Amino acid sequence: MIFLMPIIQLLILPMAADYEIKNINISIVDHDHSSYSRELTHKIISSGYFVLNDYGQDYQSAFKNFEKDQSDIILEIPHDFEKNIGKLSASSLLVSTNAINGVKAGVGSAYLMQIISNYNQKIRQKWLHYNGQEIKEGMHVESRFWYNKYMKYTFFMVPGILGILVTMVGVYMCSLNIVKEKEIGTIEQINVTPIKKQYFILGKLIPFWLIGIFVFSVGLFVVARGIYGIIPIGSYFPLYAFLAIYLVAALGIGLLISTYSSTQQQSMSLTFFLMMIFILMSGLFTPIESMPEWAQFITKLNPVTYFIDVMRRVILKGSTIHELQFDFIVVSIMAAFFNIWAVLNYKKTN
Amino acid sequence: MEKKIVIKVENLVKAFGDFIAVDNISFEVYQGEIFGFLGANGAGKTTAMRMLCGLSTPTSGDAQIAGYDIYTNTEDIKKNIGYMSQKFSLYEDLTVKENIRFFAGVYGLDIKTIKRKSEELINTLGLNAEANKLVGSLPLGWKQKLAFSVAIIHEPKVVFLDEPTGGVDPVTRRQFWDMIYAASDKNITVFVTTHYMDEAEYCHRVSMMVDGKIEALDTPQGLKDTYHAQSMDQVFYQLARAATRSAD
Amino acid sequence: MRQLLAYIKKEFYHVFRDSKTLILLFGMPIVQILLFGFALTNEIKNSELIICDYSNNKTSEKLIEKFRANNNFLLKEVIYDDHDYNQIFRESKVKLIITLPENFEGDLIHQGKSTVLLTADASDPNTSNTLVVYATNILYDFQKEMSNNVILIPYTIDTSIRMMYNPELKGAYNFVPGVMSLVLLLVCVLMTSVSIVREKELGTMEILLVSPTNPLIIIISKAIPYFLLSIVNLTVILLLSTYLLDMPINGSLFLLYLASSILILTALALGLLISNVTNSQEAAMLISLMGMLMPTILFTGFMFPIENMPLPLQIVSNIVPSRWYFIIVKDVVIKGLGFASIWKEMLVLMGMAIFLLALSLKKFKTRLE
Repeated sequence: MIFLMPIIQLLILPMAADYEIKNINISIVDHDHSSYSRELTHKIISSGYFVLNDYGQDYQSAFKNFEKDQSDIILEIPHDFEKNIGKLSASSLLVSTNAINGVKAGVGSAYLMQIISNYNQKIRQKWLHYNGQEIKEGMHVESRFWYNKYMKYTFFMVPGILGILVTMVGVYMCSLNIVKEKEIGTIEQINVTPIKKQYFILGKLIPFWLIGIFVFSVGLFVVARGIYGIIPIGSYFPLYAFLAIYLVAALGIGLLISTYSSTQQQSMSLTFFLMMIFILMSGLFTPIESMPEWAQFITKLNPVTYFIDVMRRVILKGSTIHELQFDFIVVSIMAAFFNIWAVLNYKKTN
Repeated sequence: MEKKIVIKVENLVKAFGDFIAVDNISFEVYQGEIFGFLGANGAGKTTAMRMLCGLSTPTSGDAQIAGYDIYTNTEDIKKNIGYMSQKFSLYEDLTVKENIRFFAGVYGLDIKTIKRKSEELINTLGLNAEANKLVGSLPLGWKQKLAFSVAIIHEPKVVFLDEPTGGVDPVTRRQFWDMIYAASDKNITVFVTTHYMDEAEYCHRVSMMVDGKIEALDTPQGLKDTYHAQSMDQVFYQLARAATRSAD
Repeated sequence: MRQLLAYIKKEFYHVFRDSKTLILLFGMPIVQILLFGFALTNEIKNSELIICDYSNNKTSEKLIEKFRANNNFLLKEVIYDDHDYNQIFRESKVKLIITLPENFEGDLIHQGKSTVLLTADASDPNTSNTLVVYATNILYDFQKEMSNNVILIPYTIDTSIRMMYNPELKGAYNFVPGVMSLVLLLVCVLMTSVSIVREKELGTMEILLVSPTNPLIIIISKAIPYFLLSIVNLTVILLLSTYLLDMPINGSLFLLYLASSILILTALALGLLISNVTNSQEAAMLISLMGMLMPTILFTGFMFPIENMPLPLQIVSNIVPSRWYFIIVKDVVIKGLGFASIWKEMLVLMGMAIFLLALSLKKFKTRLE
């Protein structure tokens, strides 16, 4: 169970968590029916970003589809679009975007704007050409996308999700197992033996630490590499070195939770609550730079942030230990901090 | 005076697949009787008891509780029995009073009766000072006495007790049995399973279950005579040694 | 009736005596609303940018000023000579590097053409794509401004954009309905399943089943407290989002509560079903939390667009009740639509509730075998 669940999640999650903005549904209301309006429509459809939901003259029916979420954007081409375009006064288009999902709206309308202005550029040049004026090509923008040639969203998500899963396995297992011993009463048994607390804790942590490394390796080699075809650009050494330290920190958190809870139910709820905050505030799904400053501060205290960041940088960009030294230092401090806190608290409660 | 039969069991069988937990048992229990239902761990006592309470359907055989059939009249049976299980059966996070009121409410007593009964009960048990404390904070012996009182709060015809005195000290056990006698005096039939052989001596009649069958059924004195034993302990040893099922 | 009251009273005692769970119950939605409302946004803001300016003159400076003023980007540094871009990307959080060629000004003004190179860190393809679009638009705008100074040209298409329903592009409009679906579903499923299984574990369930109570009463009494608590929870979320996040409720409140009641009912039935198939609190928790959380987050559609998923997953998403509820909440709260537009979703939820209730009642065993 504890092994299977993370692997299955790693298989399904990245497929589902595809936030790439594509297939934006568009309704085009064409009041003009001119060669220009048709040409523009054609350009929009052939761009690949948009899927034509409906094309007609009736704004009301387009709006109905819009309300039902069948289309995300309505482009309204006014009457006399073609006629006005040749005049000095500008010809205008109206774009309505469903902005409940702000990102999709922002990106979608930006794409649309780009297509329209490209088209604008083209017809303007044509016009200038007819008038015998000098053709100015204007600025040419060339873009290069690095580190993810095929622009696959899974390449971005898999390393991050793997990081979350390893954390979950570590924290849950560690906290639940120790609390279970408390509940059953076996911990009393151990407390009456001459074993020192430190050794007992160490004995608990080492197996979980090994399991964490095992789960990570399966995820990295079998799932990421075997199924998604993600081969780390960087070397394995920084990945595993970081994992080794990070797991100590994650297990320390689990240990800490176990010292604060007396039943499995409590430790489950507490872990769940913490994990939720860890996941949301780690930059896994939403960019950290966009957060307000207080929230960015929280992400800096969150060990998961560093793990995901390191994973992505090593796997996708090939960063080396030297380039990651800051993350290494921070996580080492965290590992020491959580474990010392947990051990101190453990002594006090028993 | 002819004794009224309250529990009548005929050829009762319960099988879980190939395993026959209760193997063709028959017996009768009379009104106001304290009936000891003995046997080693895994002999099938609890399974038999659960069938009689309507918690589990028999594979075959017949039984009647207070005149009601266990196949067709389970709802009527439930109104006429009380049950106290092996596991502690009150809510630890409710107070003494809340527990009493809840169970009285479950059996549909009206508000006036509930009030009268709960005051009566708290007085008899001497729990006045603890009435508003959580049950979880009481010592085990008190909890068990309270659980028994709650199980007979609706004055049932039969009360089933499944190992009611496990883990309780001898003094409290003695008090517990006083309560059982008091209930028996009120004509409540008590059907009790136990592991303590001294408790078996307190029963009016005792049955011994071995490997799902009832091997012996008599008064404690009668059993001792039959098996030429000094005590119930020895009777138990003689019978249980023949068992082939291992204790769980 | 008297029995039912006794049961409901008892369930409320359970709930209020367990303060830790109660805090979690109400604390979780509040924390989530606050995080989603204030901290989390999918918008792209303050993305770190480096401009490599080989031309270093007035025109390029004007362009750099434009980027500095834009809050999608955070201009980290302007460099004037050769750097290893690879090194920059690997060491820092820079997402985009813009390279302006040596003769940027001259080429643009005299020859009317010039090539600008955008290099993006595409580890996150979505962000990089968006950043490139944003940057390109800024560049074109800049060009327009420059050329407007020279001659006025006809053939200009003016595009005006209306952001419907959410003019300020607030993340909350998307997340609040999502959190509502998530919290209502999870809390109800988790709480009902655990509270029933706990009675099984403690052995009190046997006592209840031996009593003359109709099993239906036991179930209803388990459901009612959590139903009421969920309604309170829902109200807290709505108050928070209205007064703290300024998200108005445009549609009918009655309709919203009606739909929520149906969702809660579905969730309670699901919890009941889980409690029927498990015997320990641990297992019930694992199934409700681990088994339900991820699919609910994924398939509700508030985190990730469902239409992007592979077809099998899209089909799977149809069986997640919160997915339908999410659509209803968006329609009612944000778009202000009426019953006519959401009856289909309501019907689906109703169907799920009835199916699950029937199934779990059938499975709820009067006789514990």
